[in-house]
Amino acid sequence: MAYDKPLPVPTREDRPFWEAAREHRFVLPRCRECGHVWFPPYESCQRCLSFEREWFEASERGVVWGYTLMQQPYVPGYRDELPYNVVLVELEEGPMVYSNLVGVPDDEIRPGLAVEAVFEDVTEEFTLIRFRRAEEPSGRDRT
Amino acid sequence: MNGEDLARDKAAVTGVGCTGFSRDSGVSVDALALQASLLAIRDAGLEPSDIDGVLTYGVGDAAAVRDISQALGLESVNWYCDVFGGGSYSCATVAQAAMAIATGLCRHVLVYRALNGRSGRRLGRTALGGGDAGPPRVPGPGQFSVPFGMSGPVQQYGLLARRHMIEFGTTTEHFGQVAVTLRGNAVLNPRAIMRDPITLEDHQASRWIAEPLRLLDCCQETDAGCAIVLSRADAARDRPHPPVYLSSFALGGSGPASQPLDKYPDFTRLFPAHIGPGLFGRAGLSVSDIDVAALYDAFTFLVIAQLEDFGFCGKGEGGPFVAGGGIAREGAIPVGTNGGLLSEGYVHGLNNLLEAVEQLRGNAGERQIEGAETALATGWGANVGSALVLRR
Ligand SMILES: [Zn+2]
Repeated sequence: MAYDKPLPVPTREDRPFWEAAREHRFVLPRCRECGHVWFPPYESCQRCLSFEREWFEASERGVVWGYTLMQQPYVPGYRDELPYNVVLVELEEGPMVYSNLVGVPDDEIRPGLAVEAVFEDVTEEFTLIRFRRAEEPSGRDRT
Repeated sequence: MNGEDLARDKAAVTGVGCTGFSRDSGVSVDALALQASLLAIRDAGLEPSDIDGVLTYGVGDAAAVRDISQALGLESVNWYCDVFGGGSYSCATVAQAAMAIATGLCRHVLVYRALNGRSGRRLGRTALGGGDAGPPRVPGPGQFSVPFGMSGPVQQYGLLARRHMIEFGTTTEHFGQVAVTLRGNAVLNPRAIMRDPITLEDHQASRWIAEPLRLLDCCQETDAGCAIVLSRADAARDRPHPPVYLSSFALGGSGPASQPLDKYPDFTRLFPAHIGPGLFGRAGLSVSDIDVAALYDAFTFLVIAQLEDFGFCGKGEGGPFVAGGGIAREGAIPVGTNGGLLSEGYVHGLNNLLEAVEQLRGNAGERQIEGAETALATGWGANVGSALVLRR
């Protein structure tokens, strides 16, 4: 069956993110002036206002900040997934991203759970970045 | 920021009006807005031609100021605005009316909010196509959440509520106590959509929406219109009802409104923590001076969060505070005396403000909290909210 869940509409400011995801690379925008990292990929630095944005390969790692289990079919295409989790992941680089955890039983989801990105080619055009339990503990103190 | 009290008590609510609350109004949003507006204007003892400012807010589902002004036959309007925004702007829109008055631009400002929230465009459901046209496409910031099945406030607040439970030991029974208390208030309110009492067991048996929030943790999708008239203080004193003064107002949170990703730096300090001190300071009051609280209660958890972050109780103590009767009619701070958005209905927060006005006028009937002289009204969405301190 054709993929029927919502898909993004990339714009100039975030197209590099989606193109990288399609190549199974997780990139984030970073400020050349002050080093700040932000998400979603607005064109300007969210700390110093600079437009000197560069893309870099992220660690693909983070920890679960929070989660909810959705039990109602509010989002088109998700009826057959109910109940499904939505997590807010705090990336090692700082930004928070919404996603889903795969392969983790609902009752094992908790804040602080170390996770790593997995790339799911949902259509020929788009790859979504979801997360699974990290193979090794997240190295937040790693440089 | 304390600020100067340039706007304190410069404007007062002189009129309120609302249509019936239903699941299917059978009329247009414009008709609801117009009916509510006329009721509010007459309640203030005014004619439409006295109105010289018009404001509303909405998220693409509201009656346009241009259309309502035209329908009312207004020939000159000195300030008007269709604010784009949801719950967080309910009190902010009224605050904007107060500013139009405090600057001398306007004398009597109409603020309304009408929506066919159940029979028309329902919030929280992605109004997306799909089907034959292929998968629905999500532009803008939503492209980083909706593709993951994340859409709408209930999931956002579900996520925050779960985090609160884990950090502070709050339970779904605490959420249930909010629902039960406010339903008890709605029993006394002929206007309320939901008037059958509920028990904690009913709450615990209601179906999950976005865990940990259940059906009875969610507000009522409603078709209705509400309106108020705000008047310059010197023009408010000779009206049919005693004036209810706006002592202070605020809009804010952790930065400007945004979707809560990287721009939502601290989920544990919600908007009241940011605006509360200035709000009460400009009113010359402290939180303990507030007699009734019309807190924005789109979900039960929001009441607990606001009690804590405004300082009605300590951080993390909101659940036990509610369970101990703190928000009951006879409690330390009665909340949602109309039944709130949870049980009276959801007119994007404006109906809760109407209740605060009626309490301070002393004409809330069976719902009246004896001796109520000050009220707090709030609106909330994502990382920002707005609030008013009112006094009679
Ligand atoms: Zn920068």
